[in-house]
Amino acid sequence: MKLLIQKRQSQSALFNLMTPLLCLVLALIVVALFLVMAGVNPFAAYRDVGIEALGSAYGLSETLVQATPLIFTGLGVMLAFRMQLWNIGAEGQLYMGALGATWVALFSGITSTWLMIPMMMIMAMILGGIWAAIAGALKARYRVNEVIITLLLNYIAAGIVKYLVYGGWRDPKGYGFPQTADFPPNAILSTYFDTRLHSGFWISLVLAAILWVFTEKTVWGYELRVIGNNPRAAQYAGMNIQSKTIFVMFLSGALAALAGFAQVSGVVTRLQDNISPGYGFTAVIVAWLARRSAAGVVIVSFFFGIVYVGGDALKITYKLPESFINVFQGMLLFFLLASEYFVNHRITLVREPKTPVAV
Amino acid sequence: MSESFLRLEGITKTFPGVKALDDVSLDVRPGEILTLLGENGAGKSTLMSVLSGLYAPDSGRILLDGKPVQLASPADALSKGIGMVHQHFMLVPNHSVLDNILLAIDNLTFKLDRAALKTRVAAIVSDLGLDLNLDTPVWKLSIGQQQWIEIIKLLVRDTRLLILDEPTAVLTPQEANKLFDFLKKLRAKGSSIIFISHKMREVMELSNRVTVLKKGRSVATVTAGDYDTSKLARLMIGEDEVPTWSKVSHAQPNVLVSVHGIEANNERGTRELDDFYLDIYAGEVLGVAGVAGNGQKALGEVLAGLRKPINGNIRLRSVDVTKDWGNGKHFSIIGHVPEDRKAQGIAPDLTVDENLVLKSYKAPEFCNFIFQKNKAIRDNAKVQVERYDIKAGPSGAKVRVLSGGNIQKVIIARELGIKPELLIALYPTRGLDIGAAGFVHSVIAKAGETGMGTLLISEDLDELLKVSDRIAVMFRGKLVGIVDPTKTTREQIGLMMAGEAPV
Repeated sequence: MKLLIQKRQSQSALFNLMTPLLCLVLALIVVALFLVMAGVNPFAAYRDVGIEALGSAYGLSETLVQATPLIFTGLGVMLAFRMQLWNIGAEGQLYMGALGATWVALFSGITSTWLMIPMMMIMAMILGGIWAAIAGALKARYRVNEVIITLLLNYIAAGIVKYLVYGGWRDPKGYGFPQTADFPPNAILSTYFDTRLHSGFWISLVLAAILWVFTEKTVWGYELRVIGNNPRAAQYAGMNIQSKTIFVMFLSGALAALAGFAQVSGVVTRLQDNISPGYGFTAVIVAWLARRSAAGVVIVSFFFGIVYVGGDALKITYKLPESFINVFQGMLLFFLLASEYFVNHRITLVREPKTPVAV
Repeated sequence: MSESFLRLEGITKTFPGVKALDDVSLDVRPGEILTLLGENGAGKSTLMSVLSGLYAPDSGRILLDGKPVQLASPADALSKGIGMVHQHFMLVPNHSVLDNILLAIDNLTFKLDRAALKTRVAAIVSDLGLDLNLDTPVWKLSIGQQQWIEIIKLLVRDTRLLILDEPTAVLTPQEANKLFDFLKKLRAKGSSIIFISHKMREVMELSNRVTVLKKGRSVATVTAGDYDTSKLARLMIGEDEVPTWSKVSHAQPNVLVSVHGIEANNERGTRELDDFYLDIYAGEVLGVAGVAGNGQKALGEVLAGLRKPINGNIRLRSVDVTKDWGNGKHFSIIGHVPEDRKAQGIAPDLTVDENLVLKSYKAPEFCNFIFQKNKAIRDNAKVQVERYDIKAGPSGAKVRVLSGGNIQKVIIARELGIKPELLIALYPTRGLDIGAAGFVHSVIAKAGETGMGTLLISEDLDELLKVSDRIAVMFRGKLVGIVDPTKTTREQIGLMMAGEAPV
C-alpha cells in the first residue's frame, strides 16, 4: 500500500466553498482544546462571543467598527494576491495612511468641510500607495522578493508614526501622552446612534463593490488574473508586467492605507501609535479565507469583527490573555494553507503495483 | 576495448498514450565514450532515466557484469556505479567546492576528517589537471567549472559509468572544449561515459561508438571510423518516404517580412542569431529546419516581438518596424504559436473562453471601454470550438484540463482568430498524435489563402517536407541555405543542418 498523490484536474465549486468552512471548524476545535486547558468551558465561551458581538445593537455596531479596517486592508491584500504579489505589509501601509490623513487634518490648514475628508483620503492613499509601490518597484525592476520588503516596511512605518507622536506631532496640551492633538470637527467622520460606527464603514462597502466590478467584469481584472496565473503567457499576450506590478502594489497599499484613515478619522480622532491591533496582518488571513474575492472579503471581515469583539469579551469575563485571538488566527491560517494542498491534489490509497519482473 | 560490462536488452517503456522506448538495446564497454544520438523526443532522456534508476522499464532487462539487476532509484543506481550529470546542477552555491563534493560521499564519519578528505579530492582534481580551487564558493565559478564539480562528485564515489545529458547545452564553445579534454582524460583513466547529444561536431570529436535512437527505437550502433556526419544524419532522421500530400501553394511574389542582418543574444548573453537574413513571402509556408539550439527559438521570439535584436532590422512590407515591433504597434498582426504551449501559450487556470481571447481581449469586439463583453467572449468560444473541433468539455472548463492536442487547437484558433499577416509556429505538432498533427498541418496550409505568411519552425523533417513551400536551414544562428522541398533530399537537408552549405 502506498499513498498516491496526483494534481487535481478540476475543483468543484462546492469543494471550494467547503474548504474555508472546514478550516474554520478545525480552528475552532483546536482553540476549544486550549480553552479547556485554560479551565474554560469552550461552549460557554463561544456562546458568549456570539452574544457579545451579535446579541445587541451596540455589539453589532462594534463588530462593524472592527470589520471596517479589515475590509479596507483585506481588499488591498486581495488585489495584490490576485496577481500573486504577496503583499503582507498592509499593517505598515495602514500606518502610513493614518499618518497622511493626520497630516492633512492637523497641518494643511484646510477649513472647508467638503474638502477636508477627501483630501485626507487622498493623502492617505498616496502615502500608503507609495509605501507598497516601493516593494512593487523593487520586485519589477530587480526581482527583489516583495514578501521581505513589505514585511520590513511595516516596522519602519510603525517606527515613523511612533517618532512623530512621541516627538514633533505630540499634543502640547496632552499631558505628555504619545498622541497628536484631537482632529478639528471637519476632519472627523460622522458616527451614528451613540455608537462608534462611523461612515468609513459605508466607504469600505462602496469600495468593495467597485473592486468586485473591476476584478470580475473588466479588462483590467482579466489582465490581473492572467498575470497572476501565468506571467509568461501574459508577457506573450503583450501585457506589461513590470508596470502592472508597480501599479497593483500602489493600489493595494492605497486601499490598506484607507484603513488607517478610517481609524484616525472615524474611531480615534487623533493619531496614536497603537491605532491597529494588527488589522494589516489579519488582512492576509481575510484575503485568503475570502478566496481572493472582493465580496468574500466583506463577509470574512464581518466574521473577524466578531472574533475581535468576542475576544475582548473573553478577555474581560474569563480573564483570558489577548493572545487567544492570535492563537485562533494562527490556527485558521495554518489550516487554510494546509488545505490549499488538498484542494490542488487528490490523495488516494493504492495497492503497490507489481514491479515488472525481469525475464 | 574489452567486453562490455553493462548491457541493456529489449528495454520498453510506455507512458500514457506514448511508447517512449520500444525494444531498445545498448551496451557499454570500460573506458569508452558511447554517444547516444537522436532527435528531440527520440527517447534519449527516457532511456537514461531508466539507466539511472528514475523509471522502471515495462519490460526488458539490465545486465551489470553479466548479472541482471534492478535499479530501484537513482541512489540505488549510484551504489551500483552508475551516475548521471543532469543539465540542472545540484550544487549549494554558497558552499565551497570541497563541501559540495563532500555532500556526495555517503559513508562519511561523524567527525569529519576534512584534511584527509581534502587530500583525496585534491588528488582527483590535480590528477585530471583541472584548474579548480577547492575553497572557492561555488557561486563564483563559471558554469563549466560547476559542471566539473558535478562530475567529480560522481568520481569520488567510484562511479564506473557517467551519464552526461546534453552537457554542452549550457556551455560556451570554449567551456565545451575544456569539458571534452576533461572527458577524454577520464576515458584514458578507464571510466566509461554515455554522452547524450544531437550536435554532430561533438559526436564526431568524442565518440568511440554511437548508438542512434529514432522514435523510441535503437536503429543502429556504429563504431568510430565507420561513420561520417552525413551517415549519422541519415540514421538519425531516417530514410522513410516523404508522405504524399497534395499541397496547394498560396505563395505570392511580394515579400511580406524581410529579416535583415539580425543579431540577438539569449538571457545568458550567448549569441543565438548571427547576421541572419531571411525573406518571408506573403501566403507562403516557410519551413525552418535545424538541430535544436541553432537559433530557431531566438528567430521566433525576435519576430514575435518578445526579444529585442542587438543589430539589424526587420521590415514589414518594406516599412522598418525593428524598433516598434515589440511594443504593440505590430503585435496585432503577428500570430505566434509558442514552443512551450503549456508554459507560455495559455493561462491554465482560466477558462477556455478566456484563453481564446488572450490576444484580442482589448479589441472592440470583446471590450467596451473597460468592461469585457462576456457574451461576445462566450459566443466567440462557441464558434472557435466548433470550427477547430476543440474537445473543450463543459462550458466554463479550465483550459488546463484539456489534452495537449486540444490546448494546441485553442492556441491556434486564438492566433488565427486575430487574422494575422504573419504566423510564427514553433514546433506546432510536437507531442501531438497523428490525427491532431494532421489537423494542424491542414489549418496552417489553408490559412495561406488569405495571404498570411507562415514561419514554420520544426525539427520534424517529415512535417517540413510535407507542409512547406520552401525550407530554410539554420546552423549556429546563421542561415545555411534555402531549399525547395520538392527538389531536395533528406540527406541534403541533414548535411545543411550540420553546417555544410548546399552545393
